[in-house]
Order: sequence, then structure tokens, then C-alpha cells
Amino acid sequence: MQINFTHHQSAHCENGVVSNLMKHHGFNVSEPMVFGIGSGLLFCYIPFLKVNHAPAITYRAMPGFIFKRFAKRVGIKIEREKFKDPKKAKAVLDENLNNNNPVGLQVGVYNLTYFPDEYRFHFNAHNLVVYGKTEDTYLISDPVMETVTTLTDKELEKVRFAKGALPPKGHIYYPTNFPKELDLEKAILKGIKHTCRDMLAPMPVLGVKGIRFTAKQIRKWPKKLGVKKANHYLGQIVRMQEEIGTGGGGFRYIFAAFLQESSKILNNPKLADLSKEMTQIGDLWRDFAVDASRIYKNRGAKADGYNEVASQLETIADKEEVFFKALKKAI
Amino acid sequence: MKKSEVPQDKSNLESANFRELCYAVDENGEYTTAHTTGWDPKTIALDNAIEDIHQRIEDAKNRVQNNQTSPIEYYMEFHKMDLPILASYVGIWQWRVKRHFKPKVFHKLSNKILQKYADVFEITIDQLKNLQHAN
Repeated sequence: MQINFTHHQSAHCENGVVSNLMKHHGFNVSEPMVFGIGSGLLFCYIPFLKVNHAPAITYRAMPGFIFKRFAKRVGIKIEREKFKDPKKAKAVLDENLNNNNPVGLQVGVYNLTYFPDEYRFHFNAHNLVVYGKTEDTYLISDPVMETVTTLTDKELEKVRFAKGALPPKGHIYYPTNFPKELDLEKAILKGIKHTCRDMLAPMPVLGVKGIRFTAKQIRKWPKKLGVKKANHYLGQIVRMQEEIGTGGGGFRYIFAAFLQESSKILNNPKLADLSKEMTQIGDLWRDFAVDASRIYKNRGAKADGYNEVASQLETIADKEEVFFKALKKAI
Repeated sequence: MKKSEVPQDKSNLESANFRELCYAVDENGEYTTAHTTGWDPKTIALDNAIEDIHQRIEDAKNRVQNNQTSPIEYYMEFHKMDLPILASYVGIWQWRVKRHFKPKVFHKLSNKILQKYADVFEITIDQLKNLQHAN
């Protein structure tokens, strides 16, 4: 059995699942809209958490937060459930499919067989939509893939019950209650305000301050850790910024697209100008990635290379600080 | 980033016939999406990370052969895991898993515990005990 579900590829899995589910229920909401209203943009350096043996750095809000905030701000209700028992998780999934209801699932990436081998890491906050089933094969719409795909019964159970940090525990979710019309305007304002607050937060590892903190760390790395580890750490930053899902420039381009769309909805030309500025900031992040890659390409890099990319980050931090202060005033 | 500047470098995505979606502005300054086959700065970062994993696996293999650690650590590295991840998969406390890395402790493990590890690594107990079976 198969639900009539249209697959749209997106840059990021969580926005993509929400946007695709909304479109399925007749609300045309773009990926950047979901990202912006859900206040997805962020920068955070999490020193005590290690991912792939390097400090965790994120350019977006915690998994699940974007959807939660989006739902609250536009006034839709979400039904979610987690399970201990894989059999029960499967039964609930099948029941929804039988009721013609496509559902979102949180899964681990490591056992996603359709991903290229190199991308299969133990990361448990990936999202996809299940829209049907034939005997023991589930029909999957994974928003980061160009087309739809499938997983067998067993494979799906494995990824739904992956272990490690943020275990999905079979997490299933779907929107249930919709307002007659989405109140996008108010939701956009709330989303923007929240993002400004996050990025300008007086916390040392968060937002603009977090970018400066990271720059400071980078200066210390070659001496403190040796070139090999410093390069590994630097590579990790670039991967977090550019790997599947960010749409380029650590989500800055998606955010710029959101501002552009919002400027039309709110009839606010200031947001269009700010969108252009954000695009330029995104370009600076890309330049940072290019220069950082030059360092970790040649193993025997010199220490001033690290100082240079650190200065680049500090410039970006200054620009983002000015930017988010202006954005706060523009709405 | 302009749409015309969206990088189309060679990358590991190609082997899987897979393109990523990027956001970029078109000639009129309007945002749109574009496919990308890859971008060198991140391909290099990914290649380095994978090479690093291979080194860790090789290193663990050598240490198993020198009787400095148990095959559990080798299989852990082989599956790109670290201690917290492995511990949560087998459902055994981290300090105990770490203890099982000691060859002396490993040789005394019961079949019940060995089976837990073997299940997680999807191998038989025999393969778990003898690295020769591993590729």
C-alpha cells in the first residue's frame, strides 16, 4: 500500500520532513520558511562533547527543536511517540500507513544502507518520511536524497533503534491538527526575534560569542594538540559547516533565503537588504572553509595559518554581531 | 553564493550517484536551490577523517596482535564507534567495556557476554575471538 506523497529534495533533513509533510497536507511552506520560523540558525561550541574524536560544533538548533518551535508558532499540533519495544513501534507505524497518514521518523545514519559508505557515521538525529509499504519493504522519502528510496523491515528497525548519543527510540511524529490558515506573519517575527536572541546571547560558547571563542581555541590548537590533531579538529569544523544538510555556509544561505521570502510576506524591504548581507556573510564562511582546507591539506602547515583562519572567524563574528543587532531593529 | 558559482567538484557522493541541495542566488538576486556534486574543501576534510579512522583500525589491529588489547576494541574502531556508543549498543557500563579491552579479562569472558558483543558487531563468537576472520 502506498500513500500519494510527493517527495521534494531539501538541504536539511528536519526542515525537509516538516516542509514535505506540510505540503502533503495542503500547506505550501518552503524549507527556508520552516528553518526561519523554527529559529534553526545558531552557532554553538560544545567543548565537553566529542563527536568523531573532535569537539562538537553546531550551526543549528538542537535536533527536534526546529519542528517543535515551528509547530507552536504557526499553530499546528504534532503527535509524537517513542517506544521501548520495537514491535510496538512497528505496529504504530503500520497503523498510520494503513490510515493513509505519512509519518516522520527519527533515525540513526550509521545503518542507512542507501547512504554512501563514507557518510555513515553514528549520528542519530536524522529524519525521514515513511509513506507506504509493500510486504516487508517500507517506502522512504529521505529529504536529503534526490529521489525516494526503500528500506526493509529489518533495516528500518535497526535505524529506528540505533544507540549512542540522542537515541531515536523509534521516535515517530506527524501533524494532526491544522488551523484554517497559517498565521505566518506573527510566526516569522517570533522566529527572527528568537534567532537574534540566540546569536547575541551573553554566553561564552553560544552565538557570536561562540564564534569568537572558537577562534581563540583555533589559535591554541597547533601548540596544544600538535599539527595532526589540530588539523583533524579544523576539518571537523568545516564538515559541520558544509556537510550534507546545511545548504552551504553553515545554514547562512538558507537563512538568507528565509529573510528574502519574509520580506515579501511582511512587506518589509529592510529584510531584503539584510538577506543580501547574510548572503555575503555566508560567502565569508565559505572563504573560511577554503582557507582552512588549505591548512589540513598540507600536513606540515605553519602556525600562522591557524592564526589567519582564526582572524577570519573573528571578522565573521563582528559582522554577524552588527547583522543581528540590525535585524532585531528591522522588525 | 551565486547559482553559477555552486561548486561541482568530484567527491565521494559521485560513487553513490547522489547530489546535494544548496541554496544560492540567481541572476536577479532571487534565492533558489541548485544541486552540487561536491566541494573540494569538504571532500578533503572527509577524506582526512576517513583516513584517520583507517589509522585507528590499523593501530587497534596491531595492538591486538601484540596482545595489548582485546579484539573488542578492534571491532569497535572498525564500526566507527567510540566507548560510549559501544557501551550503549551492548548495554554494558562503559567501565566494564573498557575492562573487556584487557586481553586477560577478555579471555575469561563468558559466552553470554561474548554473544552480546558478537550480536552488535554482527559476527560469530569465533570471529570475535580470532581477528583472522576480519577483513
